[in-house]
Amino acid sequence: MDPGKFLSHFDYGKVVEERPNGTSVREYELIAEDKEILVAPGVYYPAWVFNGTVPGPTLRCREGDLLRVTFRNASKHDHTIHFHGIHPANMDGVYEIVPTGGSYTYEYVAEPFGLFLYHCHVMPLRKHISKGLYGAFIVDPPEPREAAREMVMVMNGFDVDFDGENEFYTVNGVANYYLQPGREVKLKTGELVRVYLANLTEFDLINSFHIHANVFRLYRTGTRLDQYEVTDTVMLCQGERSVLEFSYKYPGKYLFHAHQSEFAELGWSGIFEVSAHG
Amino acid sequence: MDEPQGPDSAKGAQAASMTSPSLPGKVARVLLPLAALGVMVWFILARGASLSPVQAPPIEELTFERVVFRTNPSEIIATVRNTGPLPLTVGQVEISEAIWDYSITPSPTIPRLGRAVVSVAYPWVEGEPHGVTLITSTGFKFSHEVVVALETPEINTTYMLFFTGIGIYVGVIPVFLGLLWFPFLRSLGRTWLDALLAFTMGLLVFLGVDALHEALEIGERVAGVFQPVALVVLGTAGSFLLLVAIDRHFRKSGPASASSEGLVLSYLIATGIGLHNLGEGLAIGAAYTLGEMAMGSFLVLGFTIHNTTEGLAIVAPIARGGAKLKHLALMGLIAGVPTIAGAWIGGFTYSDLWSLLFLAVGAGAVFQVVYALGRILLGKLHETGGLSFPSLAGLAGGFAIMYLTALLVAS
Repeated sequence: MDPGKFLSHFDYGKVVEERPNGTSVREYELIAEDKEILVAPGVYYPAWVFNGTVPGPTLRCREGDLLRVTFRNASKHDHTIHFHGIHPANMDGVYEIVPTGGSYTYEYVAEPFGLFLYHCHVMPLRKHISKGLYGAFIVDPPEPREAAREMVMVMNGFDVDFDGENEFYTVNGVANYYLQPGREVKLKTGELVRVYLANLTEFDLINSFHIHANVFRLYRTGTRLDQYEVTDTVMLCQGERSVLEFSYKYPGKYLFHAHQSEFAELGWSGIFEVSAHG
Repeated sequence: MDEPQGPDSAKGAQAASMTSPSLPGKVARVLLPLAALGVMVWFILARGASLSPVQAPPIEELTFERVVFRTNPSEIIATVRNTGPLPLTVGQVEISEAIWDYSITPSPTIPRLGRAVVSVAYPWVEGEPHGVTLITSTGFKFSHEVVVALETPEINTTYMLFFTGIGIYVGVIPVFLGLLWFPFLRSLGRTWLDALLAFTMGLLVFLGVDALHEALEIGERVAGVFQPVALVVLGTAGSFLLLVAIDRHFRKSGPASASSEGLVLSYLIATGIGLHNLGEGLAIGAAYTLGEMAMGSFLVLGFTIHNTTEGLAIVAPIARGGAKLKHLALMGLIAGVPTIAGAWIGGFTYSDLWSLLFLAVGAGAVFQVVYALGRILLGKLHETGGLSFPSLAGLAGGFAIMYLTALLVAS
């Protein structure tokens, strides 16, 4: 899946049961494998992937849903899935290591609501993260958030020469993807935009997000609906997430990028192309 | 000049008595300085660091000798040597900048010049760089970077055959190919044969310099305590002098006919080239093991072309006198087969120190042949009034062709 489709693709799993209290039983399948992926125009990287992409699919459910995530390991190395959020110890994906050819089912009730993560937690952690085994995990509140144009942005980096430093920085896996003509993120004036922003960058201490000519409401970790700050730049540590809401007043092309110039110029830049509503 | 006689004659008497002491007296004279040295050593050891007005912290030194990668289960095994002045104790091991559990044998405390083997159960990733870092109890940090991790060949039939095959390709076959020039050489006149000897000489000088360069380059990785440069000199000079002595012995005892002299020289060239090819095999085996070289067909091809000229060098001295087929076959084997042995040693138990020694010994052997060839060629100078133009061209051509064919394998 290219970052254009990835941006607004949410995997709600297969609903196998709708329960009287309004929650559902959802089944997901995640397969880990070794795969060469495109990380920048003309550059391939021997990644470890969940379901064929880095980042892995954005899993989505509602608070209180019972999740059943079947993990199959088709990679040459041991892996697990470690979810952020509240769950029992044996669903934490640290000690139940899944060897090549093995599988494990993570089953637990999703709580609390907010923007979370999942990633492999096998040592050496740095290797398993930098190789690409991670994705965003959205738990919606019982009462849905206001309708909006929703998108996920997973910030990451790729160390293509394995020297412990990233050569490329991306959102959603390919450097400068949303910067290329025809691939800009299309918006409309006045439309409410919600970005689920997560930082999975390895090797660098932080990553950041900045939008041009606008400010956004910043809901840290997305765990509260009534507490936010208003800003135009947010800095996230590795593994940190935030939900951002904004709308554009004027049409035109607006950059969004890391506000570390280095990252911005190494692939972490994109364009919102805003057209007049209506 | 009036000099007093007395003291002088006394000195003379003393000198005379010094020249002919009894046996116990001789022994005592040998032992006296040694005994004095012993006292000195005792004094320094007893006083220890108090000899220095400043108490400096100890400088530790650790050298990585070999890093092995195993699968099923995944494991990294590093052999290290304490090359510092004092014992040291390994406290922590990091792989690619993360702390890992490890085991160390025989002991975490390694005596001066002692060795230890560190084993880490680590899921290493094929084809990617891995750093091994040892941190000592005093906080010194020693690292070794493996650029491309590949499973280390274990001694089994598959790898034995693989390295044997490589050795035959780059060592044995090319030398025999070169020997096929023998019938052609026999048809050449004296001037051209001299030119050919000069060509061989140029070729061998190149090989010798190449081996020395290689040995010194490896020396940069060898711990200073083993004095790598001195070791190169020792190996080169040692093999050179030994082979000169052997050459002399044969020429003195054997019948001094021109053909037998040529035969001895050819065998010496084969020996020199054999030692050189041992070094080459080492380099290939080691490079394969260390994952520093893709053993592509291109590289094998390069070595093959490069080494074909070696067969030519071997038969040059016997072209005039002729030789039995069994001699040619034996020379080919002497020159070519060590490549196989080298590939085995390099592939299975690579060590910088041994590689350096092999290369240095090979260089000495090659230089001995250069010396022998030079004696033949230069011995004729008084007859001819200098090297002929074909000989000069041959000498230059020898360098040039080695340089050009080496381009195929140079990195």
